[in-house]
Amino acid sequence: MTDETLKTTPLNANHRRRGARMVGFGGYDMPVQYEGVLAEHRWTREHAGLFDVSHMGQAKITGADAVAWFERFVPGDYQALKAGKQKYSLLLNDRGGILDDLMAGKPDHDGLYVVVNAGNKDADFAHLKAHLSGDAKLTVLDDRALLAIQGPEAAEVMEKHEPVLAEFGFMDTARLMLFGVDCYVSRSGYTGEDGYEISVPAAEADRIWDLLLEDARVKPIGLGARDSLRLEAGLPLHGHDIDAETTPVEAGLTFALSKSRKERADFAGAEAINRQLAEGVERVRVALLVKEGAPAREGAEIADADGTVIGKVTSGGPSPTLGKNIAMGYVPPKFSGLGGELKVVVRGKPAAAEVVALPFVAQRYHRKPKA
Amino acid sequence: MKFTKDHEWVRLEGDVATVGITRHAADALGDVVFVEVPDAGKAVSKGDGFAVVESVKAASDVYAPVDGEVIEGNAALSTAPETVNADPEGDGWFARIKVSDAGQLDALMDRAAYDQYLTTL
Repeated sequence: MTDETLKTTPLNANHRRRGARMVGFGGYDMPVQYEGVLAEHRWTREHAGLFDVSHMGQAKITGADAVAWFERFVPGDYQALKAGKQKYSLLLNDRGGILDDLMAGKPDHDGLYVVVNAGNKDADFAHLKAHLSGDAKLTVLDDRALLAIQGPEAAEVMEKHEPVLAEFGFMDTARLMLFGVDCYVSRSGYTGEDGYEISVPAAEADRIWDLLLEDARVKPIGLGARDSLRLEAGLPLHGHDIDAETTPVEAGLTFALSKSRKERADFAGAEAINRQLAEGVERVRVALLVKEGAPAREGAEIADADGTVIGKVTSGGPSPTLGKNIAMGYVPPKFSGLGGELKVVVRGKPAAAEVVALPFVAQRYHRKPKA
Repeated sequence: MKFTKDHEWVRLEGDVATVGITRHAADALGDVVFVEVPDAGKAVSKGDGFAVVESVKAASDVYAPVDGEVIEGNAALSTAPETVNADPEGDGWFARIKVSDAGQLDALMDRAAYDQYLTTL
């Protein structure tokens, strides 16, 4: 039975027909698992997993001033971004806090195509529209579904449908005819694996989903495994590992701060962020390998060797790939050194945890050598 | 075997109750990745969270179906938590409890009543 307060994606009936267990996420009724989180996680690491991420927000920003206007809210250099490329970025408030994280790219010669998180999309688009200026227009693409195909066999599967996709490198994007319809495609994802995200017309989603699943290398994967995959890949989840009270400097996302933009300091939060870069921060995101006991989940306290509480876990759980429990959280910088011995406190019991490097599991993106 | 509305099962032999979670509960949890069972000697009261079972996504309490004292927690689950999925109503037991009032079991459901209860969920 569908909870009537939840929205649905164009694939809702398809998920139910395939026996998915459904849960509410980001305001949507979504598949959390099909055959089981562990099996789906492993399938994606070994073959190709297909994810319905149609709950995410898609928009087009167009007009002569589109890029300049968009840049006021994000710290990435989108003026310099080449056509056919996309870039991870952050929607910032005036204090440098992260309102959302997003992908924005130039798949065609008509402004930017943007993907934001489901739970934030209404607020994101309202925030952007409230500050519209010049010749710029934001169009929400709510007539589109979004599919992600991820895993070491994803490229071979997609190449069969469109040979040109094999030529894509990580973060390449294009608007092209795929499955006979108008699609936005990028070679990217949220699992640490090679793969693609494909925006398709909502009315075609069911047909394309079924078509992709005809390939024996592809299985449908729920949000449960999507979360454990992204955790292993060290990718932050907005609302958990990053939020409006967290800055990119604290979160270890300074790669998203383009040098030119920091110098120009012409985006929301630039002053606060440049000050943090110069003076340091009071807490930073760390990766923890929990060496004993139960999984440390969001909200668990992090303590130093003496038992003094120094921070909190923002997401954590078992790593199916490593066979160990892993977590991310925030601690003062002096405790963030690799190899540092800390504790995580689960149900009152302190357990040994070691500060390790992110990602927990190596990312396998298809990076092409720079031309 | 008797059952609770929280999906624990209890099997009484003499004054010792073996307690676990039902097949329905194990299936609903999905892959069990961690189990915390109580130590011998721990006093439990009906309704107390006395063990914890964790799936990939979340931790859930397991509630004591009767009052008593823990005689043994199932230590095998610490290294093989997946036993809870494979054999929830057998080798996947959580603890053995010396019950202080066997009459408490009378209030629990038998298999037919529990199966009927599942159809109402």
